[in-house]
Amino acid sequence: MLVITGLLEHLGKYVIMMGTAFNRPEKSSMYYKETMRQMNDIGVGSLVIVILIALFIGAVTAIQFAYQLDGTLVPVYYIGYIVRDSTIIELAPTITCLVLAGKVGSNIASEIGGMRQKEHIDAMEIMGVNTAAYLIMPKVVAAVIVIPLLVAIAAFVSVMGGYLAVVPTGMMSSQEYVQGVRSFFDSYNVFMMFVKAIVFAYLLTTISAYQGYYVRGGSIELGKASTNAVVISDIMILVADYLLAVLLT
Amino acid sequence: MIRTENVTKIFGDNVVLSNISAEFHRGKTNLIIGRSGAGKTVLLKLLVGLLTPSSGEIYYDDVRFSSLNKKSLRSLRMKVGMLFQASALFDSLSVEENIRFPLDMFTNMTKKEKTDRVNFCLERVSLGAINDKYPSEISGGMQKRVGIARAIVLNPEYLFCDEPNSGLDPKTSIVIDELIRDITYDHNITTIINTHDMNSVMEVGDNIILLYKGEIAWQGNKDEVVYSENEILQDFIFASPFLQRLRTAAIDEGKHL
Repeated sequence: MLVITGLLEHLGKYVIMMGTAFNRPEKSSMYYKETMRQMNDIGVGSLVIVILIALFIGAVTAIQFAYQLDGTLVPVYYIGYIVRDSTIIELAPTITCLVLAGKVGSNIASEIGGMRQKEHIDAMEIMGVNTAAYLIMPKVVAAVIVIPLLVAIAAFVSVMGGYLAVVPTGMMSSQEYVQGVRSFFDSYNVFMMFVKAIVFAYLLTTISAYQGYYVRGGSIELGKASTNAVVISDIMILVADYLLAVLLT
Repeated sequence: MIRTENVTKIFGDNVVLSNISAEFHRGKTNLIIGRSGAGKTVLLKLLVGLLTPSSGEIYYDDVRFSSLNKKSLRSLRMKVGMLFQASALFDSLSVEENIRFPLDMFTNMTKKEKTDRVNFCLERVSLGAINDKYPSEISGGMQKRVGIARAIVLNPEYLFCDEPNSGLDPKTSIVIDELIRDITYDHNITTIINTHDMNSVMEVGDNIILLYKGEIAWQGNKDEVVYSENEILQDFIFASPFLQRLRTAAIDEGKHL
């Protein structure tokens, strides 16, 4: 019972915070500037890790499918097709956002939580700034724009990773892999990828912001908030992934 | 003027403030003093609206604080400046950007007008060209002054200072006290200072409220402190044997401290 009331309390506070966050800005130019800063931090700041992870995911997927299909009647070019679709539908949005929940989510929780503890948020409140809006809205907007772009890059890099894993090693020819990648393409899968990326981006930024915004106590609590931001974001991304899979397929 | 009427604040079962009725006058430095845990910070947070009273009312020049809608509250907030105990300067912004932040957020001033205003405020707090320095690159005393500069940049009518002398040496403390007092007098601001610094009490205490266990134990001004017979006040202000001897000597000689 206590767990349920606790969950409902968090949900209520989260909804109220988001209601306050999406209010009319005091000064659009300040919010625009902050959104640009966040887009740079989230987008450019995460590019290298996203590319690295996508490259290896594509490579591993290709090698493991090559191993699975070895000796079967399934044409070898299917490896390219499987890498492309598993990447676009599932691996690029989900794995990228799980990684970003760790990198970006913990950063958001620590940044906002640190501001709460150092009384920066109180200082802004007293000035008349809507702190939920100024500190959260630009992050959400930036993430919802930039993370789908990162996911698209991850999908492309992952397919390239698959190519690099199987073609130079002689598992299959370049033509076969490209033929696989170009076979049975359904643009709806790309739509699904972007829907997932947007939903996951929203979840990971708002959950992390919530954890930071309501942090109390000292550095131990801030550490816990940062950890909770990652753990809860990851869980909610996986739950949303399941629901979207049910809804969109 | 800011006025409180029977303000009570309760956290769970803990009554932190009980029936606080007080007036904080315009153009004067109003001090809230008391031992740690007496409820000073809670009262200050109630006055600035960071906390809501469990019961009672707070009035800003006869406007009931709790009756303000969002728009009125925002316009009132623009008349409020606050200096925080740890200065609360934004670490990632330079000194100039910190002071300019309220101007950027709430005014349509040109860049030059903002820079001029920032420089004026920096001069007002006797700081030179440190515009490009970051908070971590300046001393605690300078951080307090930058905090004051940021607090006054929008020409506030109400200035709140939470422990402005904490962590400062006695000389710097006096400089900060005098600065707050001068700004209060020059700009006719209602200033409320939350402190337990003895020097502040004796130097800038135009109107002093002593909190003890969540209630007002004494109210007066700096000239009345020495001669008051209030035991709680004397126990708090003249806590050390040295200060007690000083007080006795002053009374014997009929002098003001």
